[in-house]
Amino acid sequence: MSGFDTIIEGVLLGGVYALFALGLSLIFGIMRLVNLAHGDLILLAAYLVLSATTALGLPLAAASLLVVITMFVLGFVLQRLVLERVLGDDILPPLLVTFGLSIVIQNGLLLGYGADSRRLQAGAFESSSVALAPGLSVGLAPLTALVTAVAAVALLQLIFYRTSLGRAFRATADNPAIAQLMGINERNVYAIAVGLSLAVSVIAAVVLGIRASFDPSIGPARLLYAFEAVIIGGLGSLWGTLAGGIVLGLAQAIGGRINPEWQILAGHLAFLVVLMVRPRGLFPARRT
Amino acid sequence: MSVESIRSPASREQRPVDAPVWQVRVGTRLSRIAAVAGIALIVALAALPAVASRNLIQDLIFVFTMLSLAQLWNVLAGWGGLVSVGQQAFVGLGAYALFAGIVMAGLDPVAAIPLAGLFAALVAAVLGPLLFRLEGPYFAIGSWVAAEALRLICAQFKSLGGGTGMSISPGELSQMVGLKAVQALLGLRPAAARDVLVYWLALLLAVLVTLGIYAFMRSHHGLALAASRDNAAAARSVGVRTARTRHVLWIAVAFATGMVGALVYLQKARISPDAAFSVTDWTAYVIFIVVIGGVRTIEGPMVGVLLLWGLVTYLAQYGSLYLVVLGTLAIPIMLFMPNGVWGAAARRWQLQLFPTQRWLGRSESGPMPL
Repeated sequence: MSGFDTIIEGVLLGGVYALFALGLSLIFGIMRLVNLAHGDLILLAAYLVLSATTALGLPLAAASLLVVITMFVLGFVLQRLVLERVLGDDILPPLLVTFGLSIVIQNGLLLGYGADSRRLQAGAFESSSVALAPGLSVGLAPLTALVTAVAAVALLQLIFYRTSLGRAFRATADNPAIAQLMGINERNVYAIAVGLSLAVSVIAAVVLGIRASFDPSIGPARLLYAFEAVIIGGLGSLWGTLAGGIVLGLAQAIGGRINPEWQILAGHLAFLVVLMVRPRGLFPARRT
Repeated sequence: MSVESIRSPASREQRPVDAPVWQVRVGTRLSRIAAVAGIALIVALAALPAVASRNLIQDLIFVFTMLSLAQLWNVLAGWGGLVSVGQQAFVGLGAYALFAGIVMAGLDPVAAIPLAGLFAALVAAVLGPLLFRLEGPYFAIGSWVAAEALRLICAQFKSLGGGTGMSISPGELSQMVGLKAVQALLGLRPAAARDVLVYWLALLLAVLVTLGIYAFMRSHHGLALAASRDNAAAARSVGVRTARTRHVLWIAVAFATGMVGALVYLQKARISPDAAFSVTDWTAYVIFIVVIGGVRTIEGPMVGVLLLWGLVTYLAQYGSLYLVVLGTLAIPIMLFMPNGVWGAAARRWQLQLFPTQRWLGRSESGPMPL
């Protein structure tokens, strides 16, 4: 059964990676911005939730909701004050500004919280498991992570294709100038997109913090996993991103089963192999 | 540097005697003065170990190696549009190749440096076609993934210390080519003499990298590169082989970056995967230097590396606070002074020490109409 275990472990891990990737995918899709601080912003959210539960004494759900609102506002302000000024044809400024942001957040967290590993406390939920079939039970927390990822993709799809905000997103992504002619406020659309991206990242942060311990240095690695999930899945498709996350999770689980030192490396190699054989990803969007 | 102007084709044709002669120029009077001052500075720096303290020599090794890395990143990302966040891959590969050459093959360290560069170039040649499938900003993270994968692979080599790294004993370095001569010349102990030898090699590399990039950007290859970045389709339509230009640049930059990495770790004599493939040390600092100094200029990285040196001297003791300060300095500069300190100064006072821009001017010798 060891092989089957590995597959289930990989799929569940993939749910977490898909959650990391959704925020990144969202703002790239709408405004062609690659946010190099994405991983560190996830970590920032995890630490904010930690502070809200420990310092304010809030229950995890309430703390998460508070941080979702905080991160949305932060994203909105970040776009209006900083990122907006560097968007344009030159790809260098936005990359450098978000890279600088990544360094500032990572080292700011190190100053504020120290280098110790932390964890979010979720009580009995952390260790309980559910029996899916006789002799087969999976941890409740990893399963919830996967279900959350599926729900998040479904919700984002709904926003994209069934609401006026989603229409504004798609219109701006297609052609910002014409969207503006149609009365869409481009600046607000972009700011809401960044806010939404950071709000989604809070879900990723909570799942990360319950599943494993975290410290300020692991942000960049989350960015890389998120990115690999997006590219493996194929640009421009949220369901593809979910599938990409699962492929990455499977590759890491299988690599880790062969030799624990190879877990992360196997994920990176799977990414490079996909780039070699299917440069547009496994499930690219039909439209570009 | 003798050719300061390129005659436009029109000037070679038969034309009325009193028509003005138009020339494409890339040189200025100031740049000729700068060239002479630059040569004097290099000679002075080469003679410095005779009088300088070991601390200053070690500081300057840092300055020269960071300057080389910054110039290389500037040509790759600034002029070439290949914004790599994974240059630590080639520093690390160069360093590991050097250690492998010394420990496994018993090579002379100085001879191993160019071989380390070649090894980095070889890996770049293999990775390039894969990473170039990622457009613009995605190339940035792709290069970072590649660097992480290479770090994890290097950590697998138990004979090179695995995940924890290894040191080279001073005994193994004592037979290094040129070391005895430096000891005799300056009357130093082996450890200090090794620093001086590395210092000269770092100075040589920094000068070669800077002049190489300067010559490249003034040549028609440099023009082709800038055209590929600005508009790849238009560049192809006038006959620029954009993909090949970028690929060759990527490999050449990896070659030089690998040599810098080998040199840095020859001085440190201790290696670990986390340090040799550190994104902070080999890419964040380098980007900071270029952004603060001024992207797409030869002078910018020189100004930037001196500013970084100053900040390191006064702030490095504060650890993470220091990096927070660097980041918070770099972001507003990127927002409000996108051409950096040098770019702003150059625009204000019309300074061009190492000019790479071309402009049309009337020949002074040509007959003037009216």
